[in-house]
Amino acid sequence: MSPRPGFVLETDRSTPPTLMWNGESFGLQQLPTGSRIIYAPEPFDALKDPEGAIRHALEHPTGESEPLSALLSAGMKLTICFDDISLPLPPMAAPDIRQMVIEAVLDQAAIAGVDDVVLIAALALHRRMTEPELRHALGHRVYDAFAPNGQLLQHDAENPEELLFIGETAQGEEVEINKRAAESDLLIYVNINLVAMDGGHKSVATGLASYRSLRHHHNPKTMTHSKSFMHAPASALHSANWRMGKLIKDSGIKIFQIETTLNTDTFPSNFSFLQKREWEWSLRDRAAFAATSTALDLAPSKMARNILQGIKAPHALRSVYAGEVEAVHEKILEDVWAQQGVSVEGQTDIVTMGLPYISPYNVNSILNPILVACLGLGYFFNMYRGKPVVREGGVAIMFHPTKPEFHPGHHPSYIDFFEQVLTQTTDPEVMHQQFEEAFATDPWYIHLYRTGHAYHGVHPFYMWYWCSHAMEHLGRVIIVGGDPKTVRRMGFHPASTLDDALEMAKDVVGPSPSLTHLHNPPLFMADVS
Amino acid sequence: MKALRMERRPTRFVAAYLASALGAGRGAGVGPLRLGDGPAPQDLGATWIPVTPLLAGICGSDLATVDGRASRSFESIVSFPFVPGHEIVGIAERDGTDAKGQAFSAGTRIAIQPVLGCAARGVALCDTCSQGQVGRCGNLVHGHLRPGLQTGYCADTGGGWSEGPVMAHASQIFVVPEALSDDEAVMAEPMACALHAALRSPLSEDDTIAVIGAGTLGLGVVAAIDFLHHEHGTMKPRRVIVGARYSHQRSLAVSLGADEVVEPKQLSRAVRSATRSGSIGSSEQLTELAGGATITFDCVGSGESIAEALRITAPGGRIILVGMPAKASIDLAPLWRREIELIGAYAYGVESIQGQAVATFDLAFSFIAAKQLGALVSAHYPLERFEEALAHAGQAGSRGATKIVFESSRSFKHRKDDQ
Repeated sequence: MSPRPGFVLETDRSTPPTLMWNGESFGLQQLPTGSRIIYAPEPFDALKDPEGAIRHALEHPTGESEPLSALLSAGMKLTICFDDISLPLPPMAAPDIRQMVIEAVLDQAAIAGVDDVVLIAALALHRRMTEPELRHALGHRVYDAFAPNGQLLQHDAENPEELLFIGETAQGEEVEINKRAAESDLLIYVNINLVAMDGGHKSVATGLASYRSLRHHHNPKTMTHSKSFMHAPASALHSANWRMGKLIKDSGIKIFQIETTLNTDTFPSNFSFLQKREWEWSLRDRAAFAATSTALDLAPSKMARNILQGIKAPHALRSVYAGEVEAVHEKILEDVWAQQGVSVEGQTDIVTMGLPYISPYNVNSILNPILVACLGLGYFFNMYRGKPVVREGGVAIMFHPTKPEFHPGHHPSYIDFFEQVLTQTTDPEVMHQQFEEAFATDPWYIHLYRTGHAYHGVHPFYMWYWCSHAMEHLGRVIIVGGDPKTVRRMGFHPASTLDDALEMAKDVVGPSPSLTHLHNPPLFMADVS
Repeated sequence: MKALRMERRPTRFVAAYLASALGAGRGAGVGPLRLGDGPAPQDLGATWIPVTPLLAGICGSDLATVDGRASRSFESIVSFPFVPGHEIVGIAERDGTDAKGQAFSAGTRIAIQPVLGCAARGVALCDTCSQGQVGRCGNLVHGHLRPGLQTGYCADTGGGWSEGPVMAHASQIFVVPEALSDDEAVMAEPMACALHAALRSPLSEDDTIAVIGAGTLGLGVVAAIDFLHHEHGTMKPRRVIVGARYSHQRSLAVSLGADEVVEPKQLSRAVRSATRSGSIGSSEQLTELAGGATITFDCVGSGESIAEALRITAPGGRIILVGMPAKASIDLAPLWRREIELIGAYAYGVESIQGQAVATFDLAFSFIAAKQLGALVSAHYPLERFEEALAHAGQAGSRGATKIVFESSRSFKHRKDDQ
């Protein structure tokens, strides 16, 4: 039976309560009669022979590119870059797609006699991956072959000796990327397209860039003019990356892009109820829900976090293309939209979202308040094409405890951002002007980024900028169950229950609002007409 | 004379110590402090003036004394029974001369500089008193007075927590400017302490200053740094960062001149950011800054606050100990290794500012007027409600207050007549 597409349910009195994520727990929430619930399409079937599909992609490139085997030769300098820990979500069960693709590429390189091969995790300003995380992404065989010899690197955006200035775009955007990658005879980028904004020129122009380069598009102006990030023609972020990508290409850097899509099979069998439609829950699903939600509620928060962060998604390879960057990306985008697109008719006054435990920036970590805002307003809000699900001046109601809790090793500058910046302003442009540079150039943050496992000092700013479009668009943001002091500091409104939140929302959108719930994850993207 | 008196009753000190575990000031109900009628202090001679208190403040050292938690080093420099209260504004009951030798008449409002130095004790001036540094006087147990480091700790002088009289020596008397209200005048003593502390180390424009604690003294130090810069041309430090627990303290700190105010647990992070310092030890938890504040004012005076100061003060920096400390267990290795100076800041006397000598109390009067520091007085209590007053003072921060004062019946009458 072929997977069913996503759809929009209109609730009536017989509609069972809907699953609502609430950070490191979840529950059931009865939505008002007449509400809409957007469900993701069911996961597409996995490719039956992923290794064969990868080999085929490498030898039958997309766009103007020779097959990989023709691009490889003895004596050449080859660099293979790959997406970091932020993708996919949750981390996929072994073998990771990066391992599968890189093993296939290395087989070809070995056949061609290429000896000078270096792997680079394309961190941009993200935290360095740990050895277990690298082993999981690449597999033990690749890790053990490359790491001991210093041939497995993690991009260091703060080491001038490892960066190369490429030039400026016509708009004056400086492009500075990883020197080893730029000076290689061939740069192969191995990507995972979890959502439509991933991949394309963004892989190299962002993933291998420095702060000097990234600041040109990771800023409030660009973010506000990306409507949305997921829809390339309407995304200023996309346009900037494409300008930079073209400059990189014109500079003579040869890139062989390998992009992949995964299906949306997000949770393993013991958590499979999380991606089913509630009225289709079996007795086993109901029992699993009751047992799991009770256990998570009763467990100490660290234990609950470990349980959830331990989930490995049964994501499977859905498609793979290789070759010229733009041609590959165009094909991949078609597949992403096919898997994740849901047609939605018209906008809503209120959008509700249950925020889960994980975002791209807290894998094996804590979803701190800034990341809560980013997950809801930066990501879920922006998962649209055409128009946002919620109308301009509407209200977003998010469910999350939003505790003032931070991982000091992963997010040190977030703590200071929360205490020193958000206490002064929540305006992205003001913080961009007054605070960003001090954080971005702080030697201690740079030290922790380079030597520990810390996100770059400027990263919390970027997460806040990511919310710019939503904050400008919405009339009010309410967090149900959120720590009141923390929620208020971020300029949002706390509510104890959905009923309270709806009453508060009515002050903004009127007495009889329409409501749409994003039943997310699994991920979907709303095609709003 | 109706007064609150402290008597040497060891069992009550123990009871107060135990009760204070429930909160500062809670020793008042069970400790050695008692309200009652007793003998007024004897007239100590022509250079002494009987003063009827109007207002008398409650400070941290008073609370520690009432709770039996003060340093035992004070035992030999107090004499029992004594009437507490050393932050005093009152009315002179006869004509006299003040600390500058200027005559005043009975009925004049005066503030008492409470240190009982050589002049008050009738002994030849020691070196420090000769230099105007009466706070450093070593003759606190000599002369015709019984021991007592200040009015309010001496059995012969009386103290502010009474209907009066308090005996004030001419050298202790400062005539309150007409423009100052009683609330402003009663702040003269604690604000003189704050000014003295702010002047204990020269400031430079490169200094990053951390202030631990935002009670009366912490806020006073912040205000003093700003006042001294604007009114007396001292250097403005690069940044003043305050750790303040309560929201009203944070608002006050900003209005009084702080550049940045954070919750106490965030102070080390704020200092690190401001100084762009690294961290020693756990790089994640900021156990000790590699650099830090060039000057830290510890306005709490606990073992924990001194340890915090050592963690956030830069090598070669200075810690000014403003809050009254007691016995504490502190790891001083960072002080030794980082060559940090630990400097006490007690009381007042004569300050030297830009080459000019000025009495700290006179400086305090203009400071209080300029910064409108009478607003720090949060509540007045009659002596009869001393337990409530001391409990309020002990919980001042959490109850949105800063300075709690006793108000005498003379002051009540005075205010009623004015209305």
